[in-house]
Amino acid sequence: MTVTEGYFGPYGGRYVSEILVPNLEELTRAYKEIVPTPAFQAEMDALLSDYVGRPSPLYRADRLTAHAGGATIWLKREDLNHTGAHKINNCIGQVLLARRMGKTRIIAETGAGQHGVATATVAARFGMPCVVFMGTEDIERQRLNVFRMRLLGTEVRPVESGSQTLKDAMNEAMRDWVRHVDDTFYVIGSAAGPHPYPAMVRDFQRIIGVETREQCLAKIGRLPDALVACVGGGSNAIGIFHPFIDDKEVAMYGVEAAGHGIDSDQHAATLVRGTVGVLHGAKTYLLQDEVGQITETHSISAGLDYPGVGPEHAWLHAEGRVQYVGIDDKRALEGFTLTSQLEGIIPALESSHAMAYAMDLAAGLSKDQHVVVNLSGRGDKDTHTVAQAQGLEL
Amino acid sequence: MSRISQCFGALHAASRTALIPYVTAGDPSPAKTTDILAALAEGGADIIELGMPFSDPMADGPTIQLAMERALAAGATLDTTLRALSDFRANHDTPVVLFGYVNPLFQRGFEAISDDLASAGGDAVLVVDLPPEAAHELTDHLRPRELDFIGLFTPTSNDARVATIAASATGFAYYVSTAGTTGDAIAALDQVSERVERVRSISQLPVAVGFGIRTPDDVARVATFADGVVVGTALIEAMKQSSDPATAAHDFVASLSSALR
Repeated sequence: MTVTEGYFGPYGGRYVSEILVPNLEELTRAYKEIVPTPAFQAEMDALLSDYVGRPSPLYRADRLTAHAGGATIWLKREDLNHTGAHKINNCIGQVLLARRMGKTRIIAETGAGQHGVATATVAARFGMPCVVFMGTEDIERQRLNVFRMRLLGTEVRPVESGSQTLKDAMNEAMRDWVRHVDDTFYVIGSAAGPHPYPAMVRDFQRIIGVETREQCLAKIGRLPDALVACVGGGSNAIGIFHPFIDDKEVAMYGVEAAGHGIDSDQHAATLVRGTVGVLHGAKTYLLQDEVGQITETHSISAGLDYPGVGPEHAWLHAEGRVQYVGIDDKRALEGFTLTSQLEGIIPALESSHAMAYAMDLAAGLSKDQHVVVNLSGRGDKDTHTVAQAQGLEL
Repeated sequence: MSRISQCFGALHAASRTALIPYVTAGDPSPAKTTDILAALAEGGADIIELGMPFSDPMADGPTIQLAMERALAAGATLDTTLRALSDFRANHDTPVVLFGYVNPLFQRGFEAISDDLASAGGDAVLVVDLPPEAAHELTDHLRPRELDFIGLFTPTSNDARVATIAASATGFAYYVSTAGTTGDAIAALDQVSERVERVRSISQLPVAVGFGIRTPDDVARVATFADGVVVGTALIEAMKQSSDPATAAHDFVASLSSALR
């Protein structure tokens, strides 16, 4: 690895324990040499089409559009994918790569459980043993997904260290990986972590943006005026943004979780409020205190409750190509309810952050403009959390 | 010549292996760290590894994770760690390696921490998650102050990798005995011995072995082929079980030290 390989501007890199370096070098070689081959692409495309159900539709949300009263709102329906979110795009790619590399065991971390379910699903499809690390607080918040993973034959291993959420699950997955470097493939779910993960996960999620581009040209006759996606680690956002980065006329908005408020100390708005540091193998923006300890985050959405962010987002933020904004828990719940009641689509709480911001954005644009929201996942998994927020018990 | 190189030189002349205990600074409280360091030195430590607490210690097993959580909860910071080191240095010559993760150092600034470590009387830095490709950002500031940068070598490091790591390392080589986290069991000793010989021949550095070394017997066996032996998890467990951690540390290290004489 040269100093610049694996970096996005000054962000990224491979800040890991030495034990993992040869593995990451092997993975980087495999990613560069195997993924672009026609045979790999054909196998992946066939699964994305017949197993995942791609391409996912680009849906014109007329009633949300009328409600906002401005630009036309379009939803990229990643919620319709098999397992209910964009996460499976990446899992298919990584598990296929694991098989070609001769790895026999799969591990993953999960926050909301969507990536865990997607990994468990693909592991079951290929008959590979799978262990998913999940913080005990997230296990409590996402009981449905925990049961889904177990139904799929995956072992869900509770993580009790630290804040018992996604970052701690990732620490524990890394610890497991160093103990099983020979046979185990670590399927990271976000466009984060050490090189080559941020680039590799982005490449497996780019299909979202590639399809969106074609669909916009077919349905609108031009590119959209704006893209909106939620950002935790940032995999769905980088997936839809990346194919549009050179199209300067397309504005992009990454929506972070403002939790109890961007000015409170309980949020997960890493780019809006964070500073640069090193965590989970990458130099990127983090939520941390002044002496470099990672701080605990809060979001109603477990999938956004993470104190870091993918290094490519850090770069897009620093370069000003993407605007990163915060939406708090309350507004995310409003986005959740509006999308459910006006369109009959129950969005994931993660995606609800993007929905809430998109409604505001569309309201301020003119009627001949077009906003595409990445509806990254469906909200069945969140009904328990939403009921609780409304003071109900299911 | 750095204090660490002198230490290994003297031990080599006496045909002895360095005993290198690890403790987490600030565990159980920052106020006790200076006494614990003194107890380690007086118990027979040749070099001390002083762990900097970090909220996300990815390379550590449960014992050191919990030690770091205790230290942070008790208010430990890089400043309290350096202060304890400086107080220790007033009365002791035992070399001290600052051991930990890159982010707290990065927040301080690599030049500032190099200055601060030099004035506190520290001797070296070992950073678990700063690979040799990025190490120059820190070593550029350590070198002019005669501070060592300890290289971390592992069972997965092939010859080319050993050479790469060695190029940025000075002082000694830390060989991680097993692909795992701190506290995991040590690999078969004949394999470890073979790898230590390989690292020594390529890097020309004295080689200390750590991870999974717990008892005087372990220490004696590893000492037959290594230049240094690191004991961390077992020491922290011994301290945790005692109401007087400094005395427990002293006695534990003394028992290990007697295995080396």
